Amino acid sequence: MGNPKAFLTVHRHEAGYRPIHDRITDYSEVEQTLNTRDRREQASRCMDCGVPFCHWACPIGNKQPEWQDALYRGKWREAYEILGQTCDFPEFTGRICPAPCEKSCVLNLSCEEPVTIRENEASIIETAFHEGYVKPDKPTRNGKKVAVIGSGPAGLAVANRLNKQGFEVTVFEKDERPGGLLRYGIPNFKLSKKIIDRRLKVMEASGIIFRCNTEIGKDLKGKTLLKEYDALCLAMGAEVPRDLPIEGRNLKGVHFALELLSQQNRVLGGAVIPANERITCKNKKVLVIGGGDTGSDCVGTANRQEAISVTQIEIMPMPPKKKNPNTPWPQWPVVHKTTSSHEEGCVRRWCLTSNKFIGEKGVLKSVEIEEIEWIPNPKGGRPTMKKTGKKEIIEADIVLLAMGFIHPVQKGIIKELDLKLDGRGNVETDAKGLTSNAKVFAAGDVTSGASLVVRAMASAHDAAAAITETLL
Amino acid sequence: MESKRLITQREGLYDPDYEHDACGVGMLVNIKGSKSHEIVESALKVLENMRHRGAEGADKTGDGAGIMLQIPHEFILLQGIPVPEKGHYGTGLIFLPKDEKEQATILSTMIEEIEKEGLSLMHLRKVPVHSEILGKDALDAEPDIKQVFVTGRDKNENIELKLYLIRKRIEKKLSATFPDFYITSLSTQIIVYKGMLQSTQLREYYTDLMSPYFTSGMALVHSRFSTNTFPRWSLAQPFRLLAHNGEINTIRGNRGWMEARERILASKNIPDVASIAPILQEGMSDSASLDNVLEFFVASGMSLPHAMAMLVPESFNEKNPISDDLKAFYEYHSILMEPWDGPAALLFSDGRYCGGMLDRNGLRPARYVITKSGMMLVASEVGVMDFEPNEIEKKGRLQPGKIIMVDTKAHKVFYDEEIKEKLAQEHPYKTWVDNNKVDLSELKSGRKTEQTVVDFDKKLRAFGYTREDIQNIIQPMAENGSEPIGAMGNDTPLAVLSTHPQLLFNYFRQQFAQVTNPPIDPLREDLVMSLNEYVGVVSENIMEPDEAHCKMVRLKHPILSNTQLDILCNIRYKGFNTVKLPLLFNVAEGTEGMKRAVDLLCEQAEKAVDNGINYIIISDRNVNKEQASIPSLLAVSAIHHHLIKVHKRVQTALVVESGEIREVMHAALLLGFGASAINPYIAFSILDDLVKNKTIQLDYDTAEKNYIKALCKGLYKVISKMGISTIRSYRGAKLFEAIGLGDDLAKKYFGDITSKISGSGMEELANDVFKKHAEAFENKTNPLLPYEGLYSYRKDGEKHAWNPETISTLQLSTRLGSYKKFKEYSRSVNEKETPVFLRDFFNFKKGKSIPIEKVEPVESIMKRFVTGAMSFGAISKEAHETLAMAMNAIHGRSNTGEGGEDSERFDTKIEGLSIRSAIKQVASGRFGVTTNYLVNADEIQIKVAQGAKPGEGGQLPGFKVDKVIAKTRHSIPGISLISPPPHHDIYSIEDLAQLIFDLKNVNPKAEISVKLVSESGVGTIAAGVAKAKADRVIISGAEGGTGASPQSSIRYAGLPTEIGLSETQQTLVINNLRSQIRLQTDGQIKTGRDIIIMAMLGAEEYGFATSALIVLGCVMMRKCNKNTCPVGVATQDPELRKRFHGKYEYLVNFFTYLAEEVREYLAELGYEKLEDIIGHADLIERRPSDHITKHDLIDFSRLLHIPEEAKTTPIHQTKIQDHKIEHVKDREIIKAAQSAIKEKKEISLDYAIANTDRSVGAMLSGAVALEHGDKGLPSKTLNVKFKGSAGQSFGAFLAPGIHFRLEGDANDYLGKGLSGGHISLMPPVRSTFVAEDNTIAGNTLLYGATSGAVYINGKVGERFAVRNSGAIAVVEGVGDHCCEYMTGGRVVVLGQTGRNFAAGMSGGVAYVWNKAGDFDYFCNMEMVELSLIEESSARKELHELIRKHYHYTGSHLAEMMLDKWEHYIDEFIQITPIEYKRVLQEEQMKKLQAKIAEMQRDY
Repeated sequence: MGNPKAFLTVHRHEAGYRPIHDRITDYSEVEQTLNTRDRREQASRCMDCGVPFCHWACPIGNKQPEWQDALYRGKWREAYEILGQTCDFPEFTGRICPAPCEKSCVLNLSCEEPVTIRENEASIIETAFHEGYVKPDKPTRNGKKVAVIGSGPAGLAVANRLNKQGFEVTVFEKDERPGGLLRYGIPNFKLSKKIIDRRLKVMEASGIIFRCNTEIGKDLKGKTLLKEYDALCLAMGAEVPRDLPIEGRNLKGVHFALELLSQQNRVLGGAVIPANERITCKNKKVLVIGGGDTGSDCVGTANRQEAISVTQIEIMPMPPKKKNPNTPWPQWPVVHKTTSSHEEGCVRRWCLTSNKFIGEKGVLKSVEIEEIEWIPNPKGGRPTMKKTGKKEIIEADIVLLAMGFIHPVQKGIIKELDLKLDGRGNVETDAKGLTSNAKVFAAGDVTSGASLVVRAMASAHDAAAAITETLL
Repeated sequence: MESKRLITQREGLYDPDYEHDACGVGMLVNIKGSKSHEIVESALKVLENMRHRGAEGADKTGDGAGIMLQIPHEFILLQGIPVPEKGHYGTGLIFLPKDEKEQATILSTMIEEIEKEGLSLMHLRKVPVHSEILGKDALDAEPDIKQVFVTGRDKNENIELKLYLIRKRIEKKLSATFPDFYITSLSTQIIVYKGMLQSTQLREYYTDLMSPYFTSGMALVHSRFSTNTFPRWSLAQPFRLLAHNGEINTIRGNRGWMEARERILASKNIPDVASIAPILQEGMSDSASLDNVLEFFVASGMSLPHAMAMLVPESFNEKNPISDDLKAFYEYHSILMEPWDGPAALLFSDGRYCGGMLDRNGLRPARYVITKSGMMLVASEVGVMDFEPNEIEKKGRLQPGKIIMVDTKAHKVFYDEEIKEKLAQEHPYKTWVDNNKVDLSELKSGRKTEQTVVDFDKKLRAFGYTREDIQNIIQPMAENGSEPIGAMGNDTPLAVLSTHPQLLFNYFRQQFAQVTNPPIDPLREDLVMSLNEYVGVVSENIMEPDEAHCKMVRLKHPILSNTQLDILCNIRYKGFNTVKLPLLFNVAEGTEGMKRAVDLLCEQAEKAVDNGINYIIISDRNVNKEQASIPSLLAVSAIHHHLIKVHKRVQTALVVESGEIREVMHAALLLGFGASAINPYIAFSILDDLVKNKTIQLDYDTAEKNYIKALCKGLYKVISKMGISTIRSYRGAKLFEAIGLGDDLAKKYFGDITSKISGSGMEELANDVFKKHAEAFENKTNPLLPYEGLYSYRKDGEKHAWNPETISTLQLSTRLGSYKKFKEYSRSVNEKETPVFLRDFFNFKKGKSIPIEKVEPVESIMKRFVTGAMSFGAISKEAHETLAMAMNAIHGRSNTGEGGEDSERFDTKIEGLSIRSAIKQVASGRFGVTTNYLVNADEIQIKVAQGAKPGEGGQLPGFKVDKVIAKTRHSIPGISLISPPPHHDIYSIEDLAQLIFDLKNVNPKAEISVKLVSESGVGTIAAGVAKAKADRVIISGAEGGTGASPQSSIRYAGLPTEIGLSETQQTLVINNLRSQIRLQTDGQIKTGRDIIIMAMLGAEEYGFATSALIVLGCVMMRKCNKNTCPVGVATQDPELRKRFHGKYEYLVNFFTYLAEEVREYLAELGYEKLEDIIGHADLIERRPSDHITKHDLIDFSRLLHIPEEAKTTPIHQTKIQDHKIEHVKDREIIKAAQSAIKEKKEISLDYAIANTDRSVGAMLSGAVALEHGDKGLPSKTLNVKFKGSAGQSFGAFLAPGIHFRLEGDANDYLGKGLSGGHISLMPPVRSTFVAEDNTIAGNTLLYGATSGAVYINGKVGERFAVRNSGAIAVVEGVGDHCCEYMTGGRVVVLGQTGRNFAAGMSGGVAYVWNKAGDFDYFCNMEMVELSLIEESSARKELHELIRKHYHYTGSHLAEMMLDKWEHYIDEFIQITPIEYKRVLQEEQMKKLQAKIAEMQRDY
């Protein structure tokens, strides 16, 4: 398999991003691609480990050694077939997955140069589309109907899996187009919406029905669905963002991150937004509160909207740079991460809490922040926060709150069907995804709280399997 | 002490079927036939001089000794028995039960049978014996011994034949009721005295033998070394015609085929075979069975040498220099009888003819001396009888496959050639064979055959193919023509434990030879091997020589291509008939349907035989939606056993056409269970597919050829592993055991094959067939075949005990020093979701817990820990040294592995810790095994087998051999190093005893251990090892790791640790041997719980290898064989080695945690010491059922059995072995040589020596090495002269500065492991025979020598200088396999060589005087080049060596050569390994370049 000695001579070669000056002027995808020869050479670095930790770390159990070997041998179709068995949408994960596989790659342990697994994955699926290997799957119908609520990664994956089993699947989406967070959360420069549309076309051709602009619990009652369908699967994500209820929260200019991001994506999708509703960073000083990926997306978007300055603050300390002894291989390393958006220009600061938003005439002008210290917990567990008194005022015309999401929106169908919730406000399910209602299953963030796309897909696989088992 | 029980049936895991024995044999004949008591007396002395070859049990009971003599007519008359004239009455000893009533019953039956044949029982004599000298066990079982006299009425009748028939009928009638009843012999010519005696007891016990009137012209003696100590008087030898030293490996098959053949064995002499059947007496040893057949054929009218040559044929392929007529003789007979194969020195006599014969491999020693006064002595050793030097006419040795015989009537010695040519000329065998035999490879056909298969995709799934089968097995076989190599062990569940559907093949394990018989070397010694098969009908009356018997189709090998199968099915013109039977059943009929289909197949096959069908083809080609395939193995075995039962088996051949077959193991199983040929048609269509889609860049024919070649090579490996040379004696030999297969199934369909834990029945097998069939024909097929995760971990695949969770938690916990984390690890190991190992079924019975403080401390528990034998070479220097440091820190022991150890490590310390490994391993390659290495050991471990590849040698690829490794292994960088499958000095149990003795002498302080691998019968071998005086025996689990091993060996050879360990414990306890040996075990031991289980099953010490490597950073890449280990553990790549980050502290943590866990368990169970639970299998109970039927069917009662002896005898080690090295000759020498050893003063000494003085020089060398290390003493400091016959291992491990000079002769292993010493050997001064024509020393000389010099004035035996890596030798003639695997040094042969010279030789140079000009025929040219002596340096070197030879030995031949140097030099041939030449040239170039560079600098 592969070339057993390639890793000794071939180095990790990332395709990299387009140059900053170029990419910052548009919303096209920032990541580049390698030519076929280099791509296969990268795939040859896979050592076909006896214990492939990449495969183990992958929530959906991708079989990286197998498809990378096929890729290395130039067997693109075979590579696609192997990849397609575990991953419904490699074109999404190949772009936006943080790739736990690469962190667990033995070559990451050996020489800190893991195989470019994510990029390899993307290149396989792109070729598969290009060569026409991706075809609608039209199975014989088994006569059962399932309704999927929500069309984010979890909803789409459940639909896709169930369709393959012969179910008639209808996906209900409250927004105008399917895709959920993929479409309205992730900036186009990371995931072009054409990619989503391309997949939706295949899914529709496979017989999956999409009903957009339909919010279940509001436009259509859950009980109705229960009557019409043999099973329901909730996949509406965890959309309630964490708020920062401090003084001045109501000032104009304080937004949730997703308000900015989804609007920008809509605009790019052709929507016309009235000027008074338009949220833009153009010619503004921007403060992003929250140091995670959503925050980083805000940074990239703000820069593209031509902000004057962008600052991103995080309440936790800066994680170690390369290796974190507390999260050794093969665990997910909690380390300092610089995204393409960070490269494009922003000030990043850590151990800062926000005390109050300061405005004039109801319009945000600045934010008072304060340095904090984290006191380690002698018993282990979470450390305690201690304010230091070192306060500072940061000028800001716009604040973007990117502090994560708490749980799904509970009013609506969850309430209507009176589904049991877990301690954190998510829908409680058994290991396979069955909720407290015997006909209702759930998958993705709605059960786990906000998480990775690939985890949502993994949970979708479980739910689809459980539905199949229950109904067939 | 309680009386010892006689155990003749399986009990617990002990199975008497697996008993082994080996021994010493000797025969003394007066060629002129004159009788004397002196011969009897001398023969007894011969026997006594070989007592070290026999063994004793726990008391003074011997394993058996006996003597065969001509009937002492005068002596009998003197006893007042009025017997008729000589030769007209029969007599013999009988063993009777002590009970008089029983005796009466027996006697009346005897009289009845005797009278039926018209003879009469004339007299019954009570044989006088001295019972008081017997050991307790022998006494308890002592029979009442009577001598019977049978007379006839008619002088002309064939009394001898009648006596045979009578004896067989009596045995048939009585043996079942009276197991103790035994007729030692009943003949008009010879008589046998034997019993459960030590060699020295024979004469005292039977007073007859001491009578001066007891005379004989021939005497044949035998002393036995058995692996068990059960009192069986009847198993002592000689038997009725022969005595055997060795082992018949093929015995199971031979017995089966004899039974199958009985019906067609009628002859003029014995028209009604059924009346005496079974020909083979049941419950006897392999030797006894061979004797039974020999006797039968001789009674039927075959001459004794004819029958011998048929039963134990020499190899007759193109590499053997024998006449075409003789080859035809062998080929003709091979159609009638499969070889009885295995190491064998056979001495035989019918009273008139007396002779000896060796097996085709020459695996036992047999030396002969003929005196001028007309005596011939043949024996396992020389020196067992004293002869005046000037009395000797000729000294020689039996060569592989050769016979020597004396006709006492004709007063003549017949040598092999004469005997065999006479046999070959008896009938026109060549014409017969040529006219009738059809060679399949020569047949052509115009018919077209397709490789493609209809419904290919569906059939792939129906036969359970996975992508791994194709990518990891079939594809590499087609590309490389050999089996793929894997690394690390097998950590997947047994077939019976797996949740995935299994092929029936997966339930079986190959058996392999260890200790009691050697594996054959299929790589280097293939000249004795053959895959030839004959299919066709065996006609009735094979006893009548007839050309019709040759009407056979000859197959070069048993793998048939589609075209060949097609031809085979259609050879009509020669009158061959075939029938094809479907291997199918109706899915709808379920399990019952499958059962019925198997029964039906049996019936159909029987009918086919009745219809005169030559071969039956069973085929599953037509599997479809309605019809599923019966597992091919089930069908083959069922038919095979059914046909045997109805005595119709030999009349036809079975050919299997099955889609299931893909791997070597599958082929081996089908053949081993009776198939003659197989056709893996799905594998062929996969090849076709791979070629078509360009996955492999070959044309189909090449791919097919490679694939078949790989299967054949694999078959060679599998059969050789069991010590078997020909596929014909492997066929039907069932050299497998089942694991997890239900007892009923094993009994009903598999000829009662061993299945120790029972398990799956028909229902379960059928379910797996259904699952696969449904997958293929019911569901929508996935375009991709499944990937099972067998060879590498997959989340949805087969379970692996080492998986990301266990690996990462183990590494984290030991690195962070977190016991809490370690608990997480052990929990995930101990509480697996589904069981992977047998131990996963066990729980401990609740005890009364005690406070943990009371339990012995961690430190004392850790002393029982060892790390596995991993050679420096397989793993990196860093890893190897870290292991040593860790073990030295905790006072456990690390193991060098087989690659030697750099002597710098002996006293180097890092961080205050020694980096010396306490255990020094001695493996078959003997790499770096020097005297200094051995004296620096606390324990010396003889590696007989390795878990991942038992019965095979190892290989270190050239790219892993760097400078340092080459230095420690005494080889050259870049040259691949191969260790042979067998230890060439261990071909039997008494050889092992000798090696243990050698090593104990070199280093009396070190404990000697023997490493075995778990298989059925390992218990009896361990008992033998205990009797061979090892201090410790290691039972390795078959799951163990490896740096590189063929995939099929990793998965299909050997048993789980639990079974082997438990069997060993039980057998040792039953034999009361447990107290004298320590028991160690390894095999995927991972946690404290595992340790506790192993302790309860009997182990005192515990080995860790894989787990230790994981602690040091191994992530189970399973790429050790590729040198690409990315974490620097198993690689020699300097860049990758930098990536090694293991620390010894991690290991210390690991072992401390393990010991801590052990303490916790002990506290919970209520024991203060680990020792208290050793052997207490009664503390284990089975976990509650998981309600999986397959699991519930497993039966652990045999595994957890505790023999009743456990109540009265120790169940763990309580005493130290008595090695009997207190009075060896070396003690004397060391005393006398003190000033030489200590002060390097020159000293000369003189001694007489006898064959009972063994390993002379070893202890002395040890003392020198201890004092002076590798360097030893200055040249010729200590000069010792010996006169006489030296025992085995003369000058073994001789250290520098010691010069041994021996006038006389020597036995096997002279100069073994020579480490710088100097030996010269010459005939006694007064001898008159021509030195260069006579054999002066035995086999396997200079084995594993690393430096030093040997000059021998005479010929020597087989395997001279095997694995020599630096010694110099001059000798005047050698046997087969000289210079095999040599990697350095010089060998000069001034005379004839045997076959297969220089096989696998990769270094050093040999010079051979090629007087006859035919050397190239005898040389194995695979790795060497031949040339005349061209270079002046070589000429000079050779001259100097011959000059020294003359100087040291006074060789007449050397003198002649030196006188006419210019003439003789042209007759020499130089043998240089090709690789070595390249390396030499490179070195030369480097030197030259350095010179040039220097010159240029000077300018």
